[in-house]
Amino acid sequence: MATRTPPVWHAVTIADTGETYRCREDESLLIGMERLGKRGIPVGCRGGGCGVCKVHVTAGSFAKRVMSRDWISEDEEAGDIVLACRVRPQSDIRLEVLGKMKKNVCA
Amino acid sequence: MATTGVMRPGHIQLRVLDLDESVDFYKNVLGLVETARDEAGRVYFKAWDERDHNSVILRQADRAGVDLIGFKVKDAATLEQLDKDLQAYGVATERVPAGELLETGERVRFTIPTGHVMELYADKTDVGNGQPYTNPDPWIPAAEHGIAPHRFDHCLLYGPNLEENLKLFTEVLGFHLVERILMEDGKSLLATFISCSHKAHDLAFVAHPEPGKLHHVSFLLGSWEQVLRAADIMSMNRVSIDIGPTRHGITRGTTIYAFDPSGNRFETFCGGYETYPDHQAITWTFDEVGAGIFYHDRKLNERFLSVVT
Ligand code: FES
Ligand SMILES: [Fe+2]
Repeated sequence: MATRTPPVWHAVTIADTGETYRCREDESLLIGMERLGKRGIPVGCRGGGCGVCKVHVTAGSFAKRVMSRDWISEDEEAGDIVLACRVRPQSDIRLEVLGKMKKNVCA
Repeated sequence: MATTGVMRPGHIQLRVLDLDESVDFYKNVLGLVETARDEAGRVYFKAWDERDHNSVILRQADRAGVDLIGFKVKDAATLEQLDKDLQAYGVATERVPAGELLETGERVRFTIPTGHVMELYADKTDVGNGQPYTNPDPWIPAAEHGIAPHRFDHCLLYGPNLEENLKLFTEVLGFHLVERILMEDGKSLLATFISCSHKAHDLAFVAHPEPGKLHHVSFLLGSWEQVLRAADIMSMNRVSIDIGPTRHGITRGTTIYAFDPSGNRFETFCGGYETYPDHQAITWTFDEVGAGIFYHDRKLNERFLSVVT
Protein backbone atom coordinates (compact mmCIF):
# COMPACT_ATOMS: atom_id res chain seq x y z
CA MET A 1 0.00 0.00 0.00
CA ALA A 2 1.18 3.47 -0.84
CA THR A 3 2.16 5.55 2.15
CA ARG A 4 -0.18 8.44 2.68
CA THR A 5 1.14 11.91 3.34
CA PRO A 6 -0.44 13.19 6.56
CA PRO A 7 -3.22 15.72 5.97
CA VAL A 8 -2.53 19.43 6.26
CA TRP A 9 -4.95 21.20 8.61
CA HIS A 10 -6.09 24.81 8.76
CA ALA A 11 -8.24 26.69 11.27
CA VAL A 12 -11.62 27.91 10.04
CA THR A 13 -13.47 30.57 12.02
CA ILE A 14 -17.19 31.19 11.56
CA ALA A 15 -17.45 34.90 12.42
CA ASP A 16 -21.19 34.70 13.17
CA THR A 17 -20.77 32.26 16.06
CA GLY A 18 -17.08 32.63 16.87
CA GLU A 19 -16.79 28.87 16.40
CA THR A 20 -13.43 27.61 15.12
CA TYR A 21 -12.73 24.16 13.68
CA ARG A 22 -9.83 22.40 12.03
CA CYS A 23 -10.33 21.60 8.35
CA ARG A 24 -8.11 19.47 6.13
CA GLU A 25 -6.65 21.05 3.02
CA ASP A 26 -8.04 18.19 0.92
CA GLU A 27 -11.65 18.53 2.00
CA SER A 28 -14.28 21.21 1.77
CA LEU A 29 -15.02 23.74 4.50
CA LEU A 30 -18.45 22.13 4.83
CA ILE A 31 -17.29 18.51 5.12
CA GLY A 32 -14.58 19.61 7.58
CA MET A 33 -17.19 21.26 9.77
CA GLU A 34 -19.47 18.21 9.64
CA ARG A 35 -16.63 15.76 10.34
CA LEU A 36 -16.09 17.32 13.76
CA GLY A 37 -19.78 17.58 14.56
CA LYS A 38 -19.62 21.38 14.42
CA ARG A 39 -22.43 23.65 13.31
CA GLY A 40 -22.87 27.07 11.84
CA ILE A 41 -22.97 26.62 8.06
CA PRO A 42 -26.22 25.03 6.77
CA VAL A 43 -25.60 21.62 5.15
CA GLY A 44 -27.48 20.74 1.98
CA CYS A 45 -26.37 18.74 -1.06
CA ARG A 46 -22.61 19.12 -0.48
CA GLY A 47 -22.24 19.33 -4.27
CA GLY A 48 -22.44 23.02 -5.18
CA GLY A 49 -26.02 22.73 -6.45
CA CYS A 50 -28.47 23.87 -3.75
CA GLY A 51 -26.92 27.08 -2.40
CA VAL A 52 -27.71 26.67 1.30
CA CYS A 53 -24.03 26.67 2.34
CA LYS A 54 -23.27 30.12 0.86
CA VAL A 55 -20.53 31.98 2.75
CA HIS A 56 -18.35 35.07 2.40
CA VAL A 57 -14.68 34.32 2.96
CA THR A 58 -13.27 37.47 4.55
CA ALA A 59 -9.75 36.24 5.21
CA GLY A 60 -7.53 33.43 3.97
CA SER A 61 -6.81 31.66 0.70
CA PHE A 62 -8.66 28.72 -0.79
CA ALA A 63 -9.14 26.51 -3.85
CA LYS A 64 -12.61 26.31 -5.36
CA ARG A 65 -14.58 24.16 -7.78
CA VAL A 66 -17.46 24.95 -10.14
CA MET A 67 -20.60 26.19 -8.31
CA SER A 68 -24.19 26.62 -9.52
CA ARG A 69 -24.83 30.08 -10.99
CA ASP A 70 -28.33 29.86 -9.51
CA TRP A 71 -26.72 30.84 -6.21
CA ILE A 72 -23.33 32.47 -6.88
CA SER A 73 -23.06 35.18 -9.55
CA GLU A 74 -19.76 35.95 -11.24
CA ASP A 75 -19.52 39.18 -9.25
CA GLU A 76 -20.11 37.39 -5.99
CA GLU A 77 -17.54 34.77 -6.85
CA ALA A 78 -15.01 37.52 -7.63
CA GLY A 79 -15.75 38.94 -4.17
CA ASP A 80 -15.05 35.59 -2.42
CA ILE A 81 -18.73 34.80 -1.91
CA VAL A 82 -18.75 31.06 -2.44
CA LEU A 83 -20.39 27.76 -1.53
CA ALA A 84 -18.61 26.18 1.44
CA CYS A 85 -19.03 22.68 -0.01
CA ARG A 86 -16.95 23.67 -3.08
CA VAL A 87 -14.09 25.40 -1.27
CA ARG A 88 -10.97 23.85 0.27
CA PRO A 89 -8.77 25.88 2.62
CA GLN A 90 -5.15 26.71 1.72
CA SER A 91 -4.55 28.81 4.83
CA ASP A 92 -6.50 29.65 7.97
CA ILE A 93 -9.93 30.95 6.95
CA ARG A 94 -12.41 33.43 8.37
CA LEU A 95 -15.93 33.44 6.97
CA GLU A 96 -19.44 34.85 7.38
CA VAL A 97 -22.51 32.69 6.78
CA LEU A 98 -24.91 33.97 4.10
CA GLY A 99 -26.92 30.87 3.22
CA LYS A 100 -29.91 29.60 5.10
CA MET A 101 -32.36 26.73 5.18
CA LYS A 102 -35.50 28.43 4.04
CA LYS A 103 -38.57 26.29 4.47
CA ASN A 104 -40.88 27.15 1.63
CA VAL A 105 -44.13 25.34 2.22
CA CYS A 106 -46.43 28.10 0.99
CA ALA A 107 -47.72 27.60 -2.51
CA MET B 1 -54.28 -3.51 -15.38
CA ALA B 2 -53.84 -2.72 -19.02
CA THR B 3 -51.25 0.00 -19.37
CA THR B 4 -52.42 2.32 -22.14
CA GLY B 5 -52.12 6.01 -22.91
CA VAL B 6 -49.17 7.40 -20.96
CA MET B 7 -47.21 4.29 -19.88
CA ARG B 8 -44.21 5.37 -17.82
CA PRO B 9 -41.50 7.94 -17.21
CA GLY B 10 -38.99 7.13 -19.92
CA HIS B 11 -36.25 9.72 -19.77
CA ILE B 12 -34.97 12.59 -17.67
CA GLN B 13 -32.38 15.15 -18.73
CA LEU B 14 -30.31 16.45 -15.82
CA ARG B 15 -27.95 19.41 -15.64
CA VAL B 16 -24.54 18.72 -14.12
CA LEU B 17 -21.71 21.09 -13.23
CA ASP B 18 -18.75 18.88 -14.21
CA LEU B 19 -19.52 16.36 -16.95
CA ASP B 20 -16.52 14.04 -16.55
CA GLU B 21 -16.99 13.75 -12.80
CA SER B 22 -20.71 13.12 -13.29
CA VAL B 23 -20.26 10.51 -16.01
CA ASP B 24 -17.91 8.60 -13.73
CA PHE B 25 -20.46 8.81 -10.91
CA TYR B 26 -23.48 7.72 -12.97
CA LYS B 27 -21.53 4.93 -14.65
CA ASN B 28 -19.39 3.51 -11.86
CA VAL B 29 -21.07 4.47 -8.60
CA LEU B 30 -24.76 4.51 -9.51
CA GLY B 31 -23.97 1.83 -12.07
CA LEU B 32 -25.94 2.91 -15.13
CA VAL B 33 -24.82 1.80 -18.59
CA GLU B 34 -23.50 4.52 -20.92
CA THR B 35 -25.20 4.13 -24.31
CA ALA B 36 -24.19 7.19 -26.35
CA ARG B 37 -22.88 10.75 -26.58
CA ASP B 38 -24.30 13.32 -28.99
CA GLU B 39 -22.97 16.34 -30.88
CA ALA B 40 -24.29 18.68 -28.21
CA GLY B 41 -22.05 16.93 -25.70
CA ARG B 42 -24.86 15.16 -23.83
CA VAL B 43 -24.15 11.73 -22.37
CA TYR B 44 -26.84 9.04 -22.45
CA PHE B 45 -27.39 6.22 -19.98
CA LYS B 46 -29.84 3.44 -19.26
CA ALA B 47 -30.26 1.19 -16.25
CA TRP B 48 -29.08 -2.34 -17.00
CA ASP B 49 -32.58 -3.87 -17.00
CA GLU B 50 -34.20 -1.20 -19.16
CA ARG B 51 -34.81 -2.09 -22.78
CA ASP B 52 -35.02 1.32 -24.41
CA HIS B 53 -31.85 3.08 -25.51
CA ASN B 54 -31.71 5.80 -22.85
CA SER B 55 -33.38 6.95 -19.65
CA VAL B 56 -30.92 9.40 -18.07
CA ILE B 57 -29.28 12.13 -20.13
CA LEU B 58 -26.63 14.41 -18.62
CA ARG B 59 -25.97 17.91 -19.92
CA GLN B 60 -23.17 20.08 -18.60
CA ALA B 61 -24.48 23.50 -17.52
CA ASP B 62 -23.59 26.30 -15.11
CA ARG B 63 -26.38 25.26 -12.72
CA ALA B 64 -27.75 21.96 -11.47
CA GLY B 65 -31.35 20.73 -11.81
CA VAL B 66 -33.69 19.12 -14.32
CA ASP B 67 -34.20 20.18 -17.96
CA LEU B 68 -37.08 17.87 -18.86
CA ILE B 69 -38.86 14.61 -18.18
CA GLY B 70 -40.20 12.39 -20.97
CA PHE B 71 -43.07 9.90 -20.74
CA LYS B 72 -43.45 7.05 -23.16
CA VAL B 73 -46.96 6.63 -24.57
CA LYS B 74 -48.45 3.47 -26.08
CA ASP B 75 -48.11 4.32 -29.78
CA ALA B 76 -48.06 7.07 -32.41
CA ALA B 77 -51.87 7.39 -32.48
CA THR B 78 -51.89 7.91 -28.69
CA LEU B 79 -49.26 10.62 -29.07
CA GLU B 80 -51.38 12.47 -31.64
CA GLN B 81 -54.51 12.13 -29.51
CA LEU B 82 -52.80 13.36 -26.33
CA ASP B 83 -51.38 16.35 -28.20
CA LYS B 84 -54.92 17.25 -29.32
CA ASP B 85 -56.28 16.68 -25.81
CA LEU B 86 -53.63 18.92 -24.26
CA GLN B 87 -54.33 21.71 -26.73
CA ALA B 88 -58.09 21.37 -26.23
CA TYR B 89 -57.49 21.70 -22.50
CA GLY B 90 -55.56 24.93 -23.13
CA VAL B 91 -52.00 23.68 -22.80
CA ALA B 92 -49.60 24.97 -25.48
CA THR B 93 -47.56 22.16 -27.02
CA GLU B 94 -44.62 22.08 -29.39
CA ARG B 95 -43.04 19.31 -31.45
CA VAL B 96 -39.42 18.30 -31.03
CA PRO B 97 -38.23 16.44 -34.12
CA ALA B 98 -37.23 12.78 -34.01
CA GLY B 99 -33.53 12.30 -33.38
CA GLU B 100 -33.00 15.54 -31.44
CA LEU B 101 -32.63 13.12 -28.56
CA LEU B 102 -30.71 10.12 -29.89
CA GLU B 103 -32.70 6.98 -30.76
CA THR B 104 -35.92 8.77 -29.77
CA GLY B 105 -38.91 9.61 -31.96
CA GLU B 106 -40.83 12.85 -32.26
CA ARG B 107 -41.76 14.40 -28.92
CA VAL B 108 -44.67 16.56 -27.79
CA ARG B 109 -43.31 19.12 -25.33
CA PHE B 110 -45.26 21.29 -22.89
CA THR B 111 -44.85 23.03 -19.56
CA ILE B 112 -46.96 21.88 -16.62
CA PRO B 113 -48.40 24.22 -13.95
CA THR B 114 -45.49 23.54 -11.58
CA GLY B 115 -43.13 24.96 -14.21
CA HIS B 116 -41.50 21.70 -15.31
CA VAL B 117 -40.96 20.79 -18.96
CA MET B 118 -42.66 17.49 -19.84
CA GLU B 119 -42.53 15.50 -23.03
CA LEU B 120 -44.50 12.64 -24.51
CA TYR B 121 -43.07 10.29 -27.12
CA ALA B 122 -44.06 6.97 -28.65
CA ASP B 123 -40.75 5.65 -29.95
CA LYS B 124 -37.34 4.93 -28.49
CA THR B 125 -35.07 2.25 -29.91
CA ASP B 126 -35.29 -1.10 -28.13
CA VAL B 127 -31.67 -2.08 -27.46
CA GLY B 128 -32.63 -4.79 -24.97
CA ASN B 129 -31.37 -5.44 -21.47
CA GLY B 130 -28.29 -7.38 -22.53
CA GLN B 131 -30.23 -10.63 -22.86
CA PRO B 132 -31.92 -12.12 -25.92
CA TYR B 133 -35.72 -12.16 -26.17
CA THR B 134 -35.53 -15.93 -26.50
CA ASN B 135 -34.40 -18.01 -23.51
CA PRO B 136 -32.73 -15.22 -21.51
CA ASP B 137 -30.76 -15.51 -18.28
CA PRO B 138 -32.12 -13.58 -15.29
CA TRP B 139 -29.34 -11.02 -15.07
CA ILE B 140 -26.05 -9.91 -16.57
CA PRO B 141 -22.72 -8.71 -15.09
CA ALA B 142 -23.90 -5.07 -15.38
CA ALA B 143 -26.50 -5.95 -12.72
CA GLU B 144 -23.67 -5.97 -10.17
CA HIS B 145 -21.60 -2.99 -11.34
CA GLY B 146 -22.04 -0.14 -8.85
CA ILE B 147 -25.45 0.31 -7.26
CA ALA B 148 -26.99 -0.99 -10.52
CA PRO B 149 -30.70 -0.13 -10.24
CA HIS B 150 -33.21 -1.91 -12.48
CA ARG B 151 -34.76 1.23 -13.85
CA PHE B 152 -35.37 4.97 -13.65
CA ASP B 153 -38.63 4.81 -11.71
CA HIS B 154 -40.10 8.23 -10.83
CA CYS B 155 -39.22 11.72 -9.67
CA LEU B 156 -40.36 14.18 -7.03
CA LEU B 157 -40.69 17.73 -8.33
CA TYR B 158 -41.14 21.00 -6.42
CA GLY B 159 -43.22 23.88 -7.75
CA PRO B 160 -46.43 25.94 -7.37
CA ASN B 161 -50.06 25.27 -8.47
CA LEU B 162 -50.46 21.72 -7.20
CA GLU B 163 -54.26 21.68 -7.54
CA GLU B 164 -54.18 22.82 -11.16
CA ASN B 165 -51.34 20.42 -11.84
CA LEU B 166 -53.23 17.44 -10.42
CA LYS B 167 -56.22 18.27 -12.62
CA LEU B 168 -54.06 18.27 -15.75
CA PHE B 169 -52.51 14.91 -14.96
CA THR B 170 -55.73 13.18 -13.94
CA GLU B 171 -58.16 14.75 -16.44
CA VAL B 172 -55.98 14.86 -19.55
CA LEU B 173 -53.02 12.52 -19.13
CA GLY B 174 -54.79 9.56 -17.50
CA PHE B 175 -52.98 9.51 -14.15
CA HIS B 176 -54.70 8.64 -10.87
CA LEU B 177 -54.03 10.09 -7.42
CA VAL B 178 -52.47 7.47 -5.12
CA GLU B 179 -51.54 9.47 -2.01
CA ARG B 180 -51.59 13.11 -0.96
CA ILE B 181 -50.44 15.27 1.94
CA LEU B 182 -52.62 18.17 3.07
CA MET B 183 -51.39 21.53 4.35
CA GLU B 184 -52.09 22.83 7.82
CA ASP B 185 -55.49 24.17 6.68
CA GLY B 186 -56.61 20.56 6.06
CA LYS B 187 -57.62 21.43 2.50
CA SER B 188 -54.86 22.59 0.21
CA LEU B 189 -52.30 20.19 -1.20
CA LEU B 190 -48.79 20.04 0.21
CA ALA B 191 -47.92 17.01 -1.93
CA THR B 192 -49.39 14.62 -4.49
CA PHE B 193 -48.25 11.14 -5.55
CA ILE B 194 -49.69 10.10 -8.89
CA SER B 195 -49.50 7.03 -11.10
CA CYS B 196 -50.17 6.26 -14.76
CA SER B 197 -49.62 2.55 -14.21
CA HIS B 198 -49.76 -0.03 -11.42
CA LYS B 199 -46.77 1.59 -9.67
CA ALA B 200 -47.29 3.37 -6.35
CA HIS B 201 -46.10 6.54 -8.07
CA ASP B 202 -44.77 7.57 -11.44
CA LEU B 203 -44.49 11.22 -10.39
CA ALA B 204 -44.78 13.21 -7.19
CA PHE B 205 -45.06 16.92 -6.46
CA VAL B 206 -44.50 19.10 -3.41
CA ALA B 207 -45.80 22.69 -3.17
CA HIS B 208 -42.95 25.19 -3.45
CA PRO B 209 -42.90 28.87 -4.46
CA GLU B 210 -40.14 28.53 -7.07
CA PRO B 211 -41.22 26.69 -10.24
CA GLY B 212 -39.36 23.89 -12.01
CA LYS B 213 -37.32 22.52 -9.12
CA LEU B 214 -36.02 18.97 -8.70
CA HIS B 215 -36.24 17.23 -5.34
CA HIS B 216 -35.13 13.80 -6.48
CA VAL B 217 -34.87 11.37 -9.35
CA SER B 218 -35.49 7.82 -8.24
CA PHE B 219 -34.07 4.45 -9.24
CA LEU B 220 -35.56 1.04 -8.45
CA LEU B 221 -33.65 -1.72 -6.68
CA GLY B 222 -34.72 -5.35 -6.31
CA SER B 223 -34.59 -5.85 -2.54
CA TRP B 224 -34.02 -4.25 0.85
CA GLU B 225 -30.65 -6.06 0.85
CA GLN B 226 -29.76 -4.11 -2.28
CA VAL B 227 -30.78 -0.86 -0.58
CA LEU B 228 -28.26 -1.63 2.17
CA ARG B 229 -25.64 -2.55 -0.43
CA ALA B 230 -26.33 0.78 -2.17
CA ALA B 231 -25.65 2.63 1.11
CA ASP B 232 -22.36 0.75 1.49
CA ILE B 233 -21.31 1.69 -2.04
CA MET B 234 -22.25 5.31 -1.35
CA SER B 235 -20.12 5.44 1.78
CA MET B 236 -17.18 3.68 0.09
CA ASN B 237 -17.30 6.36 -2.60
CA ARG B 238 -17.91 9.27 -0.18
CA VAL B 239 -21.25 10.02 -1.82
CA SER B 240 -23.19 12.77 -0.05
CA ILE B 241 -26.07 10.94 1.69
CA ASP B 242 -29.15 12.90 2.73
CA ILE B 243 -30.97 10.26 4.77
CA GLY B 244 -31.36 6.52 5.07
CA PRO B 245 -31.54 3.65 4.64
CA THR B 246 -35.07 4.09 5.98
CA ARG B 247 -38.69 3.64 4.93
CA HIS B 248 -41.27 6.02 3.51
CA GLY B 249 -44.70 5.87 5.15
CA ILE B 250 -46.06 7.15 1.85
CA THR B 251 -45.86 4.37 -0.79
CA ARG B 252 -44.09 2.16 1.86
CA GLY B 253 -40.85 2.02 -0.13
CA THR B 254 -37.49 1.38 1.58
CA THR B 255 -35.12 4.10 0.56
CA ILE B 256 -31.96 6.18 0.62
CA TYR B 257 -31.78 9.82 -0.46
CA ALA B 258 -28.37 10.99 -1.62
CA PHE B 259 -26.87 13.61 -3.92
CA ASP B 260 -25.04 13.34 -7.23
CA PRO B 261 -21.75 15.30 -7.62
CA SER B 262 -23.68 18.44 -8.70
CA GLY B 263 -26.07 18.35 -5.77
CA ASN B 264 -29.02 16.81 -7.61
CA ARG B 265 -30.77 14.53 -5.13
CA PHE B 266 -31.40 10.94 -6.19
CA GLU B 267 -33.11 8.03 -4.50
CA THR B 268 -32.39 4.33 -4.59
CA PHE B 269 -35.41 2.45 -3.31
CA CYS B 270 -37.19 -0.86 -3.22
CA GLY B 271 -40.78 -1.88 -2.65
CA GLY B 272 -44.02 -0.03 -2.34
CA TYR B 273 -47.36 -1.45 -3.27
CA GLU B 274 -49.31 -2.01 -6.45
CA THR B 275 -52.01 0.46 -7.30
CA TYR B 276 -55.06 0.54 -9.56
CA PRO B 277 -57.19 3.41 -10.82
CA ASP B 278 -60.17 2.35 -8.67
CA HIS B 279 -58.15 2.49 -5.44
CA GLN B 280 -59.19 5.24 -3.06
CA ALA B 281 -56.38 7.77 -2.55
CA ILE B 282 -54.58 7.76 0.81
CA THR B 283 -54.43 11.06 2.70
CA TRP B 284 -51.75 12.20 5.17
CA THR B 285 -52.50 15.10 7.47
CA PHE B 286 -50.02 17.90 8.07
CA ASP B 287 -49.25 16.81 11.64
CA GLU B 288 -48.21 13.34 10.42
CA VAL B 289 -46.15 14.48 7.44
CA GLY B 290 -42.92 13.46 9.20
CA ALA B 291 -43.97 9.81 9.48
CA GLY B 292 -45.35 9.94 5.94
CA ILE B 293 -42.01 10.90 4.48
CA PHE B 294 -39.56 9.20 6.90
CA TYR B 295 -41.49 6.49 8.70
CA HIS B 296 -38.89 5.65 11.37
CA ASP B 297 -37.71 9.17 12.22
CA ARG B 298 -41.32 10.43 12.24
CA LYS B 299 -40.07 13.92 11.37
CA LEU B 300 -38.74 15.64 8.27
CA ASN B 301 -35.03 16.27 8.21
CA GLU B 302 -34.25 19.96 7.76
CA ARG B 303 -33.23 19.39 4.14
CA PHE B 304 -36.50 17.87 2.93
CA LEU B 305 -38.38 21.12 2.31
CA SER B 306 -35.42 23.38 1.59
CA VAL B 307 -32.75 21.63 -0.45
CA VAL B 308 -33.62 21.36 -4.16
CA THR B 309 -31.88 22.02 -7.45
S1 FES C 1 -24.55 22.24 0.37
FE1 FES C 1 -25.64 22.50 -1.49
S2 FES C 1 -24.45 24.02 -2.46
FE2 FES C 1 -23.25 23.54 -0.71
FE1 LIG D 1 -39.13 8.88 -4.45
